Amino acid sequence: MEWVNIIIQGVLIGGLYAMFAAGLALIFGVMRLVNIAHGDLIVLAAYIALMTTETLGLNPLLAIIVVVPIMAAIGYGLQRVLLNRTLGEDVLPPLLVTFGLSVIIQNALLELFSADSRRLRAGSIEVASLPLMEGVWIGVLPLLQFVVAVAVIGGLQFLFYRTAFGRAFRATSDDQTVAQLMGLDNRHVFALAMALSLAVIAVAGVFIAVRTNFDPAIGPARLIFGFEAVIIGGLGSMWGTLAGGIILGVSQAIGAQINPGWQLLAGHLAFLVILALRPEGLFPKVKG
Amino acid sequence: MPEPLLDVRSLDAFYGDFQALFGASLKVVAGEVVAVIGANGAGKSTLLKCVAGVITSRRGAILFDGEPIGEAPAHAVVARGIALVPEGRRLFSSLSVEENLLIGGQLGRPGPWSLSRIYELFPALWERRRAPSSLLSGGEQQMVAIGRALMSNPKLLLCDEISLGLAPIVVRDLYSRLPSILAEGSSLVIVEQDIMQALKAANRVYCLQEGRIALTGSAATLTREAISAAYFGA
Repeated sequence: MEWVNIIIQGVLIGGLYAMFAAGLALIFGVMRLVNIAHGDLIVLAAYIALMTTETLGLNPLLAIIVVVPIMAAIGYGLQRVLLNRTLGEDVLPPLLVTFGLSVIIQNALLELFSADSRRLRAGSIEVASLPLMEGVWIGVLPLLQFVVAVAVIGGLQFLFYRTAFGRAFRATSDDQTVAQLMGLDNRHVFALAMALSLAVIAVAGVFIAVRTNFDPAIGPARLIFGFEAVIIGGLGSMWGTLAGGIILGVSQAIGAQINPGWQLLAGHLAFLVILALRPEGLFPKVKG
Repeated sequence: MPEPLLDVRSLDAFYGDFQALFGASLKVVAGEVVAVIGANGAGKSTLLKCVAGVITSRRGAILFDGEPIGEAPAHAVVARGIALVPEGRRLFSSLSVEENLLIGGQLGRPGPWSLSRIYELFPALWERRRAPSSLLSGGEQQMVAIGRALMSNPKLLLCDEISLGLAPIVVRDLYSRLPSILAEGSSLVIVEQDIMQALKAANRVYCLQEGRIALTGSAATLTREAISAAYFGA
């Protein structure tokens, strides 16, 4: 029973990792941009949730409605003003610029909110749980987080493969020059992709703020989890990133059970094993 | 001569330090088919890329409907009514045939062309509409590329080497659809290596040689000798 519990916890946390990963995969897929500041933007979303709840007195989970549009707007602006200028033949400028952005965000948060660890209080839902079977209880909040993650991933999958919006993303990803011949303005398409990416991690950021302690320095680790989930899942479909997130989450949970110090190590090992055996990931992009 | 639809006025074009076009001038009147011929590297594709806005140039170097569009980027040029069928077809490989056509029409410019009209023009595409575009034959891919460009309801359609890599019978089949496209009110610029095909389809011909217009005239009156001289610089 104990192991069932552990696996379930791992699966549920995997949903969160999948949201980190989906945001990364989306912008890499559309514009080949590796966003080193991704983790810090997640933390920024958590702090925006903190400010929203403190100033508006909103329930933290309701803060999502405020944080998502704010992060989307930041994403659109960031891409139009800064990141579009770094894109080109050379892959190095966007890496360097987002690395710099990561440092700036961390230090700005440190300056504004100090290094103290913070947490959002969501009330009684935090400790509520449902009995799944004899000896196995499932927390309402982790379950909600997972359900929201699946809904977000499913929504992205639908958007990407069933809507005009997604068609524009895929066309731009295939061939930027020809996409412009179809009347698509790359700069706008890229900014929309970044807005969507940050909207997704805004949801993740709010859940982090409610479920765990956070401080300005936790971003880079979230970036690593996102990367690992993307690589485990492969770039073929959004469901692949969900699978990647779950595998990472379960590996970490199993590692932590064996030895509390092995949580991160076990996740990294699972990632390395998949990278060695199946470098294209479990659900690779089918090449035409 | 009536007011031209497209007026290219002594256009220069560069790839970095390399100059590909030297003062090239060309006019297209509404309803016309203009062929641009020339050897490899003469600047034919560059000329089309400049008109389509893939390469931007001096503002006044290209006039469309009397408006300067030389500086306009590709996405703004297509919104004004110029569509390019790019060399080598360049379909979106992760999109199906129908999605390729739909994205061509995503600006929603009004006009005669719609999905159903494209399938009427190229019935072979109807059966393959759900197929990934990468699984089509070369001829079918070219149909999608032409259909995708038509979906923006262009006043001017630019076709870059639609015969490239295709069997002669497929090329004849593709060229046989051009009159239907003209009949819907689009004018055409075709760039061709296949001179005979170009002369048959066009009203007027421009011959490019090393980035300069070496010869121009009506397709019916140009002699083989004159074309050959302009082509090879004899």
